[in-house]
Amino acid sequence: MADIFQACLNSLLPGISVGGQYALIALGYTMVYGILRLINFAHGDIFTVAGFVMFYAVTAMPVYLAIPFTIVITVLLGFSVERLAYKPLRSAPRMSVMISAIGVSYLLQNLMWYLTGGQPQQYPVIPWISDNIQVFGMETKRVTVITPILTFVLVILLVTLIKKTRIGMAMRAASRDFETARLMGIKINSVISVTFVIGSFLAAVGSFLFFSNYSTVSPTVGTMPGLKAFVAAVFGGIGSIPGAVVGGFLIGICENIIRALGYSTFSDAFTFALLILVLCLKPTGLFGEKMEEKV
Amino acid sequence: MMKKRTDLKTIILGIILIAVLAVISVGLEGVAKNVKGLSIMMAVMKKGTVYALLAVSMNLLNGFTGLFSLGQAGFMLVGAYTYAILSIPVAKRAGVYQYYDGGIVNFSVPEIFSGFLGDTLGPVIGMLLTLLICGLLAAVLGWLIGLPALRLKSDYLAIATLGFAEIMRTFIQYEAFAPLTNGSNTLRQYPTFKHLYPYVIVVGLCILFIVLLVNSTYGRAFKAIRDDEIAAEAMGIDLAKHKMLAFVTSSFFAGLGGGLMAMYMSSVQAKGFTSAMTYEILLMVVIGGIGSISGSIIAAFLFIGCSEWWLRFLDDSANNIAGMKLLAPGFRMVVFSVVIMIIVLFFRRGLMGDKELPDLFRRKGKKRGKEVVGE
Repeated sequence: MADIFQACLNSLLPGISVGGQYALIALGYTMVYGILRLINFAHGDIFTVAGFVMFYAVTAMPVYLAIPFTIVITVLLGFSVERLAYKPLRSAPRMSVMISAIGVSYLLQNLMWYLTGGQPQQYPVIPWISDNIQVFGMETKRVTVITPILTFVLVILLVTLIKKTRIGMAMRAASRDFETARLMGIKINSVISVTFVIGSFLAAVGSFLFFSNYSTVSPTVGTMPGLKAFVAAVFGGIGSIPGAVVGGFLIGICENIIRALGYSTFSDAFTFALLILVLCLKPTGLFGEKMEEKV
Repeated sequence: MMKKRTDLKTIILGIILIAVLAVISVGLEGVAKNVKGLSIMMAVMKKGTVYALLAVSMNLLNGFTGLFSLGQAGFMLVGAYTYAILSIPVAKRAGVYQYYDGGIVNFSVPEIFSGFLGDTLGPVIGMLLTLLICGLLAAVLGWLIGLPALRLKSDYLAIATLGFAEIMRTFIQYEAFAPLTNGSNTLRQYPTFKHLYPYVIVVGLCILFIVLLVNSTYGRAFKAIRDDEIAAEAMGIDLAKHKMLAFVTSSFFAGLGGGLMAMYMSSVQAKGFTSAMTYEILLMVVIGGIGSISGSIIAAFLFIGCSEWWLRFLDDSANNIAGMKLLAPGFRMVVFSVVIMIIVLFFRRGLMGDKELPDLFRRKGKKRGKEVVGE
């Protein structure tokens, strides 16, 4: 009995941890999609930039300063990407904005390549969260335990923000009906900026947790977690915050169970197979709203 | 009757154009052989030709039918692997599949043909036939993927096709298929076209076919679907059938292009066929103008030329102006992607918009009649 419990725990705990990291990235996708109906392909790269900024920041300042510094830089990046690459296309067809997002992703990857020399870098050890601890007799890094807790705290804060504050109300209005919200006097551009700021903030937090586990940063490392987080967002019903969180945890756990069963080659393929299955059976996802097509 | 005649005209003109281009490419090759520093030009021309086909095949889907698909790299991967697997000479298989006892495929299509058509004509026919098989296999796969995926709309379709491409990459690298695909090792030593002109002829004929398709009733149905799906359905266009036709045709040419790509690269590995490759092709389509075939062709050459050749000097730190450290490896791609972003943001219609090259000469007088404003 104890053995089975141990085996489950061995694959479940890292799964929950990775799932929490996916959930944090997925929130960025889902919030942007909710309002702009845009798949922000650059989100995974913003997440990677956060990893690199942290890497360089610790060489110049102590860790307790490097963390807020990284968050600020990432948030600024997310904000300026929106202002420079998405805002000019506000009235353009949706496809143009998506292409612009792909272009930004291409630019960020090339930029990182140029600035860092393309070499994978060893992610700095963040004290305390990278320490090894014992959980139910299992040796693991503290970050594994912290991730789900931190994710829940952040999600509760986010939900409170969206439900209780004025800007949250404006965000809900904008995601319900963009045009009407604008007519009602909601400053749509600042709502969108806030969305990107929150998304980038969560991506930065996700990057601390993810890279503490994963330990190397390279310019394309964010692509896969980015895509998986996106799948998580779609799975939970894109635009829905609890959906993104549930999706993130589910994908993280399934992936680790598949790895534990010895099919690690298929852990990526599984994610996409799940995506296609969800899209075909229930395109709106678990918690998504049904969208009517108007003639 | 009129339609038949214009079609015939297009075919004849197209074939003449292809012949002229083939002759020019033979000439260019002669020049490049004798002038130092031009060998990179031939590489760029070959790669550009292959990408021209890939860009046009993507444009058929994204630009003409309005199906935003990001599965191109997956179909190219299938094409490239099919070509390599079917054409590695039998004698060299033991070396290529060194970890898998020479693999399970024990024939080579070009060699079979050289058996009864002689050593000059046989391999060429065999290689062309293998390319055709690449396309057909990709088309079958496209059909299978299209069955579930084409029920999805816009960005969901994009993500689903992207997912399928990633799944294909995983499967090809899977250990259990390794005797067939060589797992995650490279496939190499297969026969390739040595000169530029065979690429030009094959790609030219493929693009000619796409042009004819776009100008046919099917093509008009595609455009109707792109412009307004609901209106198109109301006009009696079978949405499912036409979407599937566009998707399968595009997959076919992506697969064939993948085969040509394998030839150009002279070794293939599944690792390289990532979504970044699809993005590059998509950016070519955008630069050339979504819905313009000649635009895609021009953009493919410009894209490859810029990224591989003309901007090279930006990567060389020896070119730095006193004291500056701006130029370093990778700077070329940064400049290049900034240029792309400028095009994407401010010249949204690309080089050609939805016009073709001949249109520009034809109605120079009454241009600027209508500016299409985004919805």
